[in-house]
Amino acid sequence: MNALNSITVLVVAFVVVYLEAAWSLPRRVLGCQVDLLPALIVYTALFRDATTLALLAALGGLWFDSFSANPFGVSVLPLFAVGFAIQQLRGLILRDLRYAQFFLGLAASAAVPVFTYVLVRSLGAHPLVGWGSLWHWILMALAGGAATPLLVHLFAWLQRTFKYQRAVETSFRPDREIKRGRA
Amino acid sequence: MFRRPQYIALVAVLVLVVVVLNLPPQTSARLKLWVGTLFLPLFGLATSSQKAAERAGDTVVSRTVLIDQLNQFREENQRLKLLQAENETLRQENERLRSSLNFQRQTPLKVRLARVVSRDPANWWRNLQIDLGARDQLRADMPVVTAEGLVGKIANVGPAHSQVVLVGDPNCRVAAIVSETRDNGIIGPSSSTALNAQIVDLTYLAKNATLKPGQRVVTSGIGGIFPKGLPVGEVVDFRSVGYGLYTEARVKLAVSMNKLEEVWVVVQ
Repeated sequence: MNALNSITVLVVAFVVVYLEAAWSLPRRVLGCQVDLLPALIVYTALFRDATTLALLAALGGLWFDSFSANPFGVSVLPLFAVGFAIQQLRGLILRDLRYAQFFLGLAASAAVPVFTYVLVRSLGAHPLVGWGSLWHWILMALAGGAATPLLVHLFAWLQRTFKYQRAVETSFRPDREIKRGRA
Repeated sequence: MFRRPQYIALVAVLVLVVVVLNLPPQTSARLKLWVGTLFLPLFGLATSSQKAAERAGDTVVSRTVLIDQLNQFREENQRLKLLQAENETLRQENERLRSSLNFQRQTPLKVRLARVVSRDPANWWRNLQIDLGARDQLRADMPVVTAEGLVGKIANVGPAHSQVVLVGDPNCRVAAIVSETRDNGIIGPSSSTALNAQIVDLTYLAKNATLKPGQRVVTSGIGGIFPKGLPVGEVVDFRSVGYGLYTEARVKLAVSMNKLEEVWVVVQ
């Protein structure tokens, strides 16, 4: 079941990256593309193991960079760093609460682009950033925050649907049956 | 402090990042294109489902609409035939004058139609990918255009798809000229805003350049990548920069970059 969980998370990441590249409706409506990988990282850090987190950060980052003019592999570290920090603290986080999920998604979606931008600049590239990017950043953070509880809900539903359900045992025990009436 | 699996994951990711970021640029570009090809089945699926939807739509178009369209096309065809005859006369006259002046013959552009399949998911680059690649004889630095004007140039070429860097991206500089005043400059990303993909800067214009809003900007042909005379856009406004050493103009691009679905690659 663990392997299936990891595969499900990776498949969702694959589809998310594809949609971010191929689906330009958010770009037309909002003026920028929203990134749902940080929200997925938050879900994985809160509810999955370290291996899944590392796989998601590595593959998700590489897939994302394959469509982008970013230096190849630059998105891996910011995704993993944010997920790793959350996973270290997850014992202290009320992870089942919707607002906790929202704020974690918001913070992660705000932190990942900033960290990526610093890395891209440190590698000598000069991305197009101005005051308008602040608007993009706010939108991306809000979208990531809103997407996190939805992703948690989606994966919980997938688990309920596909996980083996334990058979409910009856509380009836014949040896404790009170015999009434005449023998 | 760390539990063992988390420690291993941390080390593995760090090693991966260090290795990938230190690959030679060519290997890194090739790896990037190879990873991109993993998404080809999804692109294929999207294209075929779109075509199926279009076919389904075609079956329900009424006969009246089709007849109306046919009449419109007939009318347009007649108009184009007249225009073609007129153009043929002009072409012959042009050739005659060129030969009398010993002007070099201007070769027509040889183009290939490509479909836009994806865009850069990072908001700080202006890139897109098209469905033509090395197997379609595409090479890096080939200009990409639409009927409205210049779109950009090919940056990287994969086997079945290529990355196009758009005008306005920091990696795409275009030598351009103001059509009316013949002032030369360089088209680059706009310094004023990252919000509007339609606005770029025309920099390094002469300090005494006589600009007016609405003047047309076309490629100058300097640099050898873009053919001369491709429309780029029109001047929105201008200002003196560099302590009055030169003039900078904001240019509204002729092509709507956010609405691109098909483009032409200039292969010759």
